[in-house]
Amino acid sequence: MHATVCDYIADLVQNAVEAGATRVALEIETRSERVAVTVADNGCGMDAAQVRRAENPFFSAPGKHDRRRVGLGLPLLRQATEATRGDMEVRSTPGQGTTVSFRFDAQHVDTPPLGDLAGTLLTLLSLPGSYDLAVHRCAPAGDYAVARHELAETLGDLENAVNLALARQYLTALERELDVPPRPRARAA
Amino acid sequence: MSKLTLDDLRKLRDVRRKEINLRDTTAKDVQIVVGMGTCGIAAGAKDTLNALVDAVASQNLGNVSVRQTGCMGLCHSEPTVEVAVPGMPRVIYGRVKAEQAAQIVEQHVVGKRLLDSHILDRPAVDVMR
Repeated sequence: MHATVCDYIADLVQNAVEAGATRVALEIETRSERVAVTVADNGCGMDAAQVRRAENPFFSAPGKHDRRRVGLGLPLLRQATEATRGDMEVRSTPGQGTTVSFRFDAQHVDTPPLGDLAGTLLTLLSLPGSYDLAVHRCAPAGDYAVARHELAETLGDLENAVNLALARQYLTALERELDVPPRPRARAA
Repeated sequence: MSKLTLDDLRKLRDVRRKEINLRDTTAKDVQIVVGMGTCGIAAGAKDTLNALVDAVASQNLGNVSVRQTGCMGLCHSEPTVEVAVPGMPRVIYGRVKAEQAAQIVEQHVVGKRLLDSHILDRPAVDVMR
């Protein structure tokens, strides 16, 4: 099961790329009281009925996996945010794109840890496809921005393992600059 | 610590390229594909991909690509990794965690020996020598 916030982020960005997006914007904000993430894309978008179906755990978008009869990404995220005094919102317009935003209460004992963000960003920035991913990361100690096209221009082939290792080194250094201390967990009631 | 910039990254890239060009690499056009569907992500495929990248970089293999694909339909054995080394059968490994990722690079990619314990999709008998 999805154990970290990064797992949910990976799901949403993948969905955006698979929806045919050429631009995906990922905002990640961590504060002492909340974790907030927004994934906005210019993919095919969904009408209201499709948005409702996307949150149905027994629905999977056609074409991804022919025999699969479950689609757990959004339902699991909805369940996790609501169990931790957070929330999730999906806004979408057919032909224009989709924006998924979610927030966790950072002080809730059941809020998942952020996870390995540098490793996750490496995975997302090297997904196959013709898209640009622009990441904006904010924390109390500062912020940074990184984009797929910048990494590709600097390093070259983002499928080459050595280039990927360099990209990860860069992302890890950016994340370390923020030096986010571990979140103290609230006592269970 | 000063902030790492894209210029710094460019310099690191140039240093690494020189290091790799100085070594005799026997891995030509090796392709490694990691399954990264929801099932793979839930099973830890992101960590697997990162471990593969680390292992390849530590061996200074310059011609190895590490790509991602969606669900390969082998959800019961995620994380899954497909490996294609020229001159060897294409193999899909299952239950690949960080430890197996390092073994795959060392044993299969460099050593040209299959990691039998984790093969999910075995090549045909007449292909094996």
